[in-house]
Amino acid sequence: MDLFNNLALGFSTATSLANLFFCLIGVLLGTLIGVLPGIGATATIAMLLPITFQLEPVSSLIMLAGIYYGAQYGGSTTAILINMPGESSSAVTAIDGYQMARKGRAGAALAIAALGSFFAGTVSTFLVAIFAPPLTKIALQFGAAEYFSLMVVGLVSSIALASGSIIKALAMVVLGLLLGLVGTDIYSGTPRFTLGIREYSDGLNFVAVAVGVFGIAEILRNLEGEKNRTVLMSKVSGLLPTKADFKEMFAPVLRGTAIGSALGILPGGGAILAAFASYTVEKRVSKKPEEFGHGAIAGVAGPESANNAGAQTSFIPLLTLGIPANPVMALMVGAMIIQGIVPGPNVATEQPALFWGIIASMWIGNLMLVVLNLPLIGLWVKLLTIPYYVLFPIIMAFCSIGVYSVNSNVFDLYAVAFFGFIGYVLVKLRCEPAPLLLGFVLGPLLEENLRRAMILSRGDPTTFLTRPISATLLVIALGVLVIVLLPSVRKKREEVFQDEE
Amino acid sequence: MKSVEFDKTNAVCGALFVAIGLFFGFESLDLELGTAFRMGPGYFPFLLACALVLLGGIILFQAFRVEHEGIGPIAWRGLFFILPSAIFFGLTIRGLGFVPSLFLTAFIASFASSRMTPILAILLSAGLTVFSVLVFEYGLGLPFRTFGPWLGF
Repeated sequence: MDLFNNLALGFSTATSLANLFFCLIGVLLGTLIGVLPGIGATATIAMLLPITFQLEPVSSLIMLAGIYYGAQYGGSTTAILINMPGESSSAVTAIDGYQMARKGRAGAALAIAALGSFFAGTVSTFLVAIFAPPLTKIALQFGAAEYFSLMVVGLVSSIALASGSIIKALAMVVLGLLLGLVGTDIYSGTPRFTLGIREYSDGLNFVAVAVGVFGIAEILRNLEGEKNRTVLMSKVSGLLPTKADFKEMFAPVLRGTAIGSALGILPGGGAILAAFASYTVEKRVSKKPEEFGHGAIAGVAGPESANNAGAQTSFIPLLTLGIPANPVMALMVGAMIIQGIVPGPNVATEQPALFWGIIASMWIGNLMLVVLNLPLIGLWVKLLTIPYYVLFPIIMAFCSIGVYSVNSNVFDLYAVAFFGFIGYVLVKLRCEPAPLLLGFVLGPLLEENLRRAMILSRGDPTTFLTRPISATLLVIALGVLVIVLLPSVRKKREEVFQDEE
Repeated sequence: MKSVEFDKTNAVCGALFVAIGLFFGFESLDLELGTAFRMGPGYFPFLLACALVLLGGIILFQAFRVEHEGIGPIAWRGLFFILPSAIFFGLTIRGLGFVPSLFLTAFIASFASSRMTPILAILLSAGLTVFSVLVFEYGLGLPFRTFGPWLGF
């Protein structure tokens, strides 16, 4: 069996001492960040990206992946204990998890979240291992036109999943694409939109834009109204769920895993939507829907499994097609490119150790999370008592060091300040930053493939419609856009995001 | 009920997008547009800029139909201290060197919160600097100058 050989290769890569160490570091850092409300996984990965450049490609990607799913775990701890999602994907967990904590069942809630996540993580890791290779085979047949259409699908889905106005999200994508084009034109060597600043001729630094739009803007938003956080309890006891709890969580975990895995694969989809979808489903199928909102176990188990499953399967489009499904994956693309790896279907064949190593490390990382987090809960709870005004100077300092160390360009730091400002203004104008970042990453790729496709077809734009795969993808994109714009779906969507706020 | 009220947030937002679109549009007109067959450097950006102007226009237009809640509080203090701290680091990292530059960056950023006291800010910045020197300079071996030429090193 190929699958087992591949997995064996993956595990032997991932279990090397160095890689285990970086996986552990990543998972710990991720949990730490996830626990602290106010800094999201995207901002953290953006900040820590430069540090990983000194590492081997495999180790650095394993560590970054660890941060990502570690943050999902940490986020639920915060959600349960202080009713404030550490990560946006655990917003749903806060609804019932916090109620459980108020009833003195915080320990059980945390354990259910952790075990549900671990189960989902295990299943979805296998899904990645099973589905990634055949998808890369399809992807190898992709030409420029197909890539262009696929990216259109990704961008459109990111619009569908952004909260707030669809037109605004569209505008953010376009703005991101334009910003991505800043720098030297690859075909003619002409500098574009650099305002005559030579330092920007290689394009705007991706890390600087990400740190500015996500990190700095987030800090500024948190500084608007400084509030005291109250931790519900300083000591968490009764970690082990009872037998009845296990019985009650079993089905929701299974359903959550299925929903999360499916939604995670969609470009633009991912953990947040998966959690919401799972919560809605659980509420509908439950025999006791009135319990929801008052500490229902299913309301914690389902969404937690779903968001972790979604987090894992969102690696599928990245590893097979090189297309990021969400901003974190966009950062992973950045990390791969800086490491000299071109993300796409060739990664699996050219760098099997890297490809399978990352997949295997996901499972190891999830195991580490369960083993570490339950005993370490006390430590994480203590972290919650650190006041925010101590945190953000630290974040600022690390951001500055991180951005500067990418390529020792002081103009990148000015870009951070500028994009921090822009990001804050856009947030204040109720625009989501995620589509912008996705557009920024895909901008150059989109243009390159468009131009190549047009040259190949001798200037005939129907090439996108006459090639079957490309046409199918464009139909999907159109379908998503139409569905989102339908009045009924639009209303439903507003409701979902209303809950989030 | 007709009213002259409109959504200021969306109006500003739409106008901003139109302005940015126009900027990129005019900039790309300076570049060679080319044809659909062989696109020049300005072709794709010009299309995008037009789209942005159009979308901004729609947002602006919609702003006159509904009224919405306002912008909410603005973190003036944050803007005033956080953004300059990054710029300050950029301006001084080469001249002052890693240690003084980082210390001052953290110190400036600290005052973005009204709750920070000067003594706490000094302690925090100092601790942070020591930690960063240990981790980034010695641990990860990033090539920073500990003290820069402006200080006579």
